[in-house]
Amino acid sequence: MAFAQATEDTAFVVELDSFSGPLDLLLHLIREQEIDIADIPIARIANQFRGAIKDLGLNQAAEYIEMAARLLRIKIQMLLPRPLDDDAWEDPRAELVRRLLEYEQIREVAGWLAEQASAQADRFGRGWVPEPPNPGPPEIVIDLEGVLKAVQEVVDAMPQPVIHRVVPRPLDVEGATRKIRALLEASDRLDFRDIIGPTPHVADIISALVALLEMARLGQVRLTQTEPLRSFTVSSESTDQAA
Amino acid sequence: MNQLTKLLEAALYSASRPLTLNELKALDATASKGDIQAALEELRVLYDSGDHGVELVQVAEGYQILTRPELAEAIADARIAQRPRKLSGAAMETLAIISYRQPVGRAEIEEIRGVAADGVLRSLTERGLIDVAGRGEGLGRPLLYGTTPKFLEMIGLADVSQLPRLEELAVALTPVVDRFGDEDDVQEDVLTDAEVEKPHVVETTAVEADVGPATAEQPTEDS
Repeated sequence: MAFAQATEDTAFVVELDSFSGPLDLLLHLIREQEIDIADIPIARIANQFRGAIKDLGLNQAAEYIEMAARLLRIKIQMLLPRPLDDDAWEDPRAELVRRLLEYEQIREVAGWLAEQASAQADRFGRGWVPEPPNPGPPEIVIDLEGVLKAVQEVVDAMPQPVIHRVVPRPLDVEGATRKIRALLEASDRLDFRDIIGPTPHVADIISALVALLEMARLGQVRLTQTEPLRSFTVSSESTDQAA
Repeated sequence: MNQLTKLLEAALYSASRPLTLNELKALDATASKGDIQAALEELRVLYDSGDHGVELVQVAEGYQILTRPELAEAIADARIAQRPRKLSGAAMETLAIISYRQPVGRAEIEEIRGVAADGVLRSLTERGLIDVAGRGEGLGRPLLYGTTPKFLEMIGLADVSQLPRLEELAVALTPVVDRFGDEDDVQEDVLTDAEVEKPHVVETTAVEADVGPATAEQPTEDS
């Protein structure tokens, strides 16, 4: 608690972080100046209190502001004239004094509790012990097949990542058509095996066949097979027709 | 050491929290409360007279075997056990109010301390030092709080009646009443002996079971 008193009535420099509330700060001001708590110079304390909370962030200061207002109200009440013989007059500071004393009492208890806790902190008990473990399930008896099956289930349950794999188009009828046309340019008659090449892929064969059938349907080629289940020859038809 | 004393020693050693007389009684159906107390006394004397590193402590309405304070430094330095972290002033003040006035609502706590209390109350509850002890009669039936056995464990008291009596405190209220002679109501809200003599303690044995004092995490309160 940085505390610097300049003159009797000017504000104090106070670090408010070290106070746990407005009553704490108020008590500190009172005790620091050895003021009689039953006869608080309310005007002076109110000013000092306002000065002390000046630097505090507003959102934190709500409780302090409330106290400052309360002090101001008491100050005003003290200034009001009162009849000399008024027995019923209540000291406006009484309620504040009661709260301060009550708070101071609580603070003393808090200090005592802190001392006790600090002394008790030097006595270690047994550490935290987890709940006694369950007997647990019986020993697992499982064969290789079961393990593999379980693994497979896990693997199956895993979502397959969506990967788009670019594959060559299995059937390429257009390509085959172009190829056949080019070959027919070179020679009028072709054997089917010339078209598909010496080591054809099944897709190439089908592509070529579909292309030929399509070309035949359109009347562009003539397909001639000498006997069943043998290769066949392809001859250009369109030239003949056109001719 | 007789059989019962051995049994009690083993039970207290195995527990990570104070064990109550009733709990200890369950160890031996034939033993009376007096037998248990005699055996506990034998154990206490044994630890105290025989130069032991531990002692039998009566705390939180039960008994616990704890290490001796003079050995704490070495144990803590070697990082074998940790002292619980200190509570903030705000938390201690709140605990002070609750321990004397329980069951007590938030509004009363806030009035005494002059600051909002919900944050402190929440963290004290989370730490198991206080618990909801009931509901008040007022508007909205506010929650009332009381201290738990774990609070007693933290401050090393057997029960709340061991808290200092208010007239023993340095801050005496009587002189003020004299000065405000006509102020009969000055002391009306201040703690009275009757309240202190009949303390309420929340029965939450479950709370104390989960964290032992050596490992208790007590982050510093801020509010």
